[in-house]
Amino acid sequence: MATAVGTVGQTTEQSKIWGWMTTVDHKKIAALYGVTGFFFFLVGGVEALLVRTQLAVPEGTVIDADLYNQLFSTHALTMIFLAIMPLGASFFNYFIPLQIGARDVAFPRLNALGYWMYLSGGVMLTLSFFFGGAPDGGWFGYAPLSSEAFSPGRNMDYYTVSLLILGTSSLISSLNFIVTIINMRAPGMTMMRLPVYMWMTLVVAFLLVLSLPVITVGLIQLYFDRNFGTSFFVPATGGDPILWQHIFWIFGHPEVYVLILPSMGIVSEVIPVMSRKPLFGYAAIVFAGAAIGVLGFGVWSHHMFTTGLGTVPQVVFSASTMAIGIPTGIKIFNWLGTMYGGNIRFNTAMYFAVGFIALFTIGGISGVMHASPAVDTQHQDTYFVVAHIHYVLFGGAIMGIFSGIYYWFPKITGRFLDESLGKLSFWIMFIGMNATFFPMHFLGVSGMPRRIYTYEAGLGWDTWNLVATIGSYVLAFGVLIFLINFFKTMRQPQTASDNPWGGSTLEWATTSPPPEHNFDVIPEVRDRDPLWYNRDHGIEPTPRPEHMHIHMPPPSYFPLVLAGGVALIGLGLLTHLGVAVAGALVVVYGVWGWALEPTE
Amino acid sequence: MSAASHEVQHHTTTGVDNRKMLMWVFLASECLFFGTLISTYLIFKGQSLVGPLPEEVFDIVLTSASTFILLMSSLSMVLAVYAVQHGRPTMMKAMLLLTIVMGLIFLGGQVYEFRHFNHIGLGLGQNQFSASFYVLTGFHGLHVGVGVFYLISLLIGSTRRNGLGKDRALWVDTAGLYWHFVDIVWIVIFTLVYLIP
Repeated sequence: MATAVGTVGQTTEQSKIWGWMTTVDHKKIAALYGVTGFFFFLVGGVEALLVRTQLAVPEGTVIDADLYNQLFSTHALTMIFLAIMPLGASFFNYFIPLQIGARDVAFPRLNALGYWMYLSGGVMLTLSFFFGGAPDGGWFGYAPLSSEAFSPGRNMDYYTVSLLILGTSSLISSLNFIVTIINMRAPGMTMMRLPVYMWMTLVVAFLLVLSLPVITVGLIQLYFDRNFGTSFFVPATGGDPILWQHIFWIFGHPEVYVLILPSMGIVSEVIPVMSRKPLFGYAAIVFAGAAIGVLGFGVWSHHMFTTGLGTVPQVVFSASTMAIGIPTGIKIFNWLGTMYGGNIRFNTAMYFAVGFIALFTIGGISGVMHASPAVDTQHQDTYFVVAHIHYVLFGGAIMGIFSGIYYWFPKITGRFLDESLGKLSFWIMFIGMNATFFPMHFLGVSGMPRRIYTYEAGLGWDTWNLVATIGSYVLAFGVLIFLINFFKTMRQPQTASDNPWGGSTLEWATTSPPPEHNFDVIPEVRDRDPLWYNRDHGIEPTPRPEHMHIHMPPPSYFPLVLAGGVALIGLGLLTHLGVAVAGALVVVYGVWGWALEPTE
Repeated sequence: MSAASHEVQHHTTTGVDNRKMLMWVFLASECLFFGTLISTYLIFKGQSLVGPLPEEVFDIVLTSASTFILLMSSLSMVLAVYAVQHGRPTMMKAMLLLTIVMGLIFLGGQVYEFRHFNHIGLGLGQNQFSASFYVLTGFHGLHVGVGVFYLISLLIGSTRRNGLGKDRALWVDTAGLYWHFVDIVWIVIFTLVYLIP
């Protein structure tokens, strides 16, 4: 009897795990992205803490130079590709169908494939520490440092292969998001009635679709250089290291907008709702977002002012970089204009949104400083640049993501995160973030180079380095309080109503958490703020029909098979080409099974 | 409900089927992929430190012939799409088969060319020309190979019980988009790499 009970328990447990592995529900995939992304955010945080601990005092001996190189490179790669982008993808997945009034994304199985490929790429990148050494040439992988001659280990091969897998994963999900947003909108939802968050998602997806192929080619060429004896980037045999920089930054600069635009979209949702008035200048903020996307492809060489581009390219790229500050400034005025005269609720989501505006503005201003080649030449490779990127990526992207977590948590889980713990964690993170990164401006201006694993005493860097390290621990403590808040909240009962904040967009029209099919009746959209329009015009929501015939796509294990095949190809590129051939066969099997699988 | 009734296009906001739109956006991405490869080739043009150089190895007659065959395969692809849209399954199968065969002939020509170049001393890492040439045309060949695999899958699928009828014309149509794109890329490559000295 006992055995039988045990067996039954195990079977349900197994089928539960199997259910997650084969799910094609965009909300479950979003949860997978969110949890995995946050886990990697913590991994990247630990890497950063090790780096800061080493730099706390002069002549630090916590870690050696080799491990230091691996840690700072992997910190950047983890935070960019394994934390911020997937956390963005998590929100995209959850809220694209809900905000446009659809039952799921256009291609549910492709969505699952994107997640499993992301997971395999992330595991490969992280485990490289234990199998021959993690990437140690920076996230930019500059040639010729990344070449066989100067990086003889497997480190930079892990870089190329895992980034190829992660890039393909992002490409697949971006294609899916574009088709979903353009093609699956609820009746009445014209493009100029799309929520701003959806517009920013669309711009991000286009940026990825058009920039990822460029870095894909660069990574393939780097892989060929390192493994098949070509010399694309090896100067001694006719290669051109600067070509790598061009290829990398044609991808790399749009990539920074990929990181920041989702957070700009999130605060564009939070601020109007918490200020209880419509977003000020909807069209301006949409076109500014699109303009950032277009201009983002024309500024890459500002990362290369010290490579000897010549006067004309320097002037052109300086001008385009300054120009991109204009749409960014428009957005900041839109958010301030929305708050102006509003009946503002200062809850945690709003704290993070306002914190985003303040910190992102600081990062934006130091960014405009770098648009001047003369100034940039002084700042190049100093801690000033480190301060800048962390103000836009932590103060911007991460603050926006936290704002979104507090804002949408009741919708996703039916529970409210604790407000007092939330505000406490906001203030600790805010203070910690400024204590860590503001001193880096001073360090940079006084000449401290980036990417050095230690420094001598008496150079005037001791005090601010210590402050920055203490700040990083304060910051980590703030994140810890958020985690406590999360686990505490998840044990509370589900008390959230459908629309606890009085939001205007369609995700608030369904239950919290939403049913698997999202909407009992697909809502009709009559205005840019549909729920406010319905409220003000006394339009009642369509009652739930008695008999619903809603067909949802069935679960599928083929995404898992395909992702497994791709992971095998990746492993083969790192070990033996025979493994890659086996992986290709798995991919062929997966594609055929996928195509023939009944989806009705 | 029969499977066929579900194959009729689902309602979409723009009226374009989701799968077709996915292919269009994917091809936009592919433009940047080949754009980067072609740019690399052009940047390294004349930068080789040692030979053999392009003018010493290219056999313009052979490549023109295989280019012609690849272009003709676009014609048979169009006819396959026409056939499936007008409910003529036999013609569709024949045209798909013809397209596959012409794609394979093109690939055979490329394999011959690569082996020949390698034989006369143009290894992959020989110089900047060889590296950028092999990676560019190699990845184009890979795309033709994927296209052949795609069309073979459709051909096998068309022999199944619920094969490729008029209601599933979109499957062939979408494959056709991919096939024509790969052809167009080859026209650009052929012009820039082989024809312009």
